[in-house]
Amino acid sequence: MIERIKQEWFSNTKSDILAGIVVALALIPEAIAFSIIAGVDPMVGLYASFCIAVIISFIGGRPGMISAATGAMALLMVPLVKEHGIQYLLAATVLTGIIQLLFGIFKIGKLMKFIPRAVMIGFVNALAILIFMAQVPHFVGISTLTYIFVAVTLIIVYVLPRFFKAIPAPLIAIVVLTAAAIWGNLDLGTVGELGVITQSLPSFLIPNIPFNLETLQIIFPYSISLAVVGLVESLLTSSIVDDMTETESNKNKEARGQGIANIITGFFGGMAGCAMIGQSVINVKSGGRTRLSTFVAGVFLMFLIIVLGGVVVQIPMPVLAGIMIMVSIGTFDWSSFSYVRKAPKSDAFVMLATVIVVVVTDNLAIGVLLGIILSAIFFASKISKVSVTSEIRGNKTTFKISGQLFFASVEGFVNAFDYNVTDKDIVLDFSNAHIWDDSGVGAVDKVVIKYRANHNRVTIKGLNASSEKIVNRLAVYHDSNAQLKSH
Amino acid sequence: MYQHILLAADGSKNSVRAAAEAARLASLAEGATVEVLYAVDPTKIKEEVLHSQNHEEIELKRKQKLLPVTEELGNKSVNHQITIVIGDPGPTIVDYSKKESVDLIIIGSRGLNSFQEFVLGSVSHKVVKRAQCPVMVVK
Repeated sequence: MIERIKQEWFSNTKSDILAGIVVALALIPEAIAFSIIAGVDPMVGLYASFCIAVIISFIGGRPGMISAATGAMALLMVPLVKEHGIQYLLAATVLTGIIQLLFGIFKIGKLMKFIPRAVMIGFVNALAILIFMAQVPHFVGISTLTYIFVAVTLIIVYVLPRFFKAIPAPLIAIVVLTAAAIWGNLDLGTVGELGVITQSLPSFLIPNIPFNLETLQIIFPYSISLAVVGLVESLLTSSIVDDMTETESNKNKEARGQGIANIITGFFGGMAGCAMIGQSVINVKSGGRTRLSTFVAGVFLMFLIIVLGGVVVQIPMPVLAGIMIMVSIGTFDWSSFSYVRKAPKSDAFVMLATVIVVVVTDNLAIGVLLGIILSAIFFASKISKVSVTSEIRGNKTTFKISGQLFFASVEGFVNAFDYNVTDKDIVLDFSNAHIWDDSGVGAVDKVVIKYRANHNRVTIKGLNASSEKIVNRLAVYHDSNAQLKSH
Repeated sequence: MYQHILLAADGSKNSVRAAAEAARLASLAEGATVEVLYAVDPTKIKEEVLHSQNHEEIELKRKQKLLPVTEELGNKSVNHQITIVIGDPGPTIVDYSKKESVDLIIIGSRGLNSFQEFVLGSVSHKVVKRAQCPVMVVK
């Protein structure tokens, strides 16, 4: 036990503390920007980032992964905040946590491996597009100065890291350009116009909402979407961190941890969050490996909030928009363009459909769900192709059947035969086929009985063990008097 | 002669060219081995994870990428082995060569112009600058 705590917390102390500080610095602009996307006070995102990072550092399943307020979650909250306000968002956050905790307890994390990669690629691309679109109102058509600030921000965040890596470039952009805007007395929109930052530690509160069925009806659809999207992104991130660090993690423990973190965060006035791909990559690249780096990131973020609180309101919006443009470019999967050309057409279609549905509905959860359903349909149709080849020797005709025989493939199977023959020996060879369900057995019955109706003699061979078992249990063709109408 | 040759490769065309040179050098010396080192850039891992259903598929795809390189060595019947490590390619290749005290590093050059080099950074450049053994850059 003590050995494990040592391993998970203090095996990499110096690098972990430094990486945690880097992450905290990089988190500030994102937490503020995501709050603005959600339509809440920047404090809500900053509190959430502090709470989630600190809690998940103790109970998460993936040491070295960073969780905080995220864009994916913020985008889902927009309508709830707009129509019902912050109190309902806090209640929805608590409920999201409860749902995720239940998912973790019932080991739903394992189901993640069933999410096809086409859907995952669609998910990150849609997320990138939505984050970008959320920035447009903050810089398009406001003033030339706004465009200049966005451009300078982009130059700083992309060029500066070539020469200087110790402090995250987005934070440098914020500090330098905020200072320029204040001293130059420049006319730019600021964060302060969108919310107020209060410099205090988060305190416990019960969301101020009526506890009744109507409230539940309002928040439940949001909570289920948040829970699903949060877990999708968290488990994707944990796979990335697994691979980067060449270690393994506990996916169900992570799901439970995300749940508990969101429950507590909701009670402390923060918005729901999840793991962050970008920040986790920054953490690992900066040398962070254990729970300590996540913990330091959270604590140092709180320290920065208290120190910088007053300055945050002065940050010009175009600077934040520029940073978010960088985040969306980093989130987008640029290899998708070659994927669309090279991947199987059905996969490319699922990916594009996921993106389009998300962009149209503004809801990542709907896109993921639709993508999974589409993939399942394509998969069923792909494996439902049964091929039948025939070989005629004198009076004996052998049909070789290969493929999967189940509800989706029986129609093609039954129609593959020519029944206009009489008095022949028909052999159905199932050596390369598998019969999965009663529809499959029914189809075999139908073929056998149709041939027998024309006075042919039918034999079946080559059934594998499990196919034979289900045929023996369900088929009626063994009864030589069986008629088609028995089906 | 060079007994332990480290071939830094990622399956790209220039790394295949480097493999051809590695094969020529290795076949000169009795018992020489070429160690193919593929340093996977951590920032590329997101892409790998997204495009693979599980970890086994990621590893398979990495090895597939190196096929043209290992074919080049196999065709000349040169002893070779593959090592895959995760890390920023430049420093990772240098660190690995020090740790294993290899005799020679062979690396392909992408042939970037000065602007591309400014934006992307040159791996071969970094290796030449910091390695403690001879480095052969193949153009």
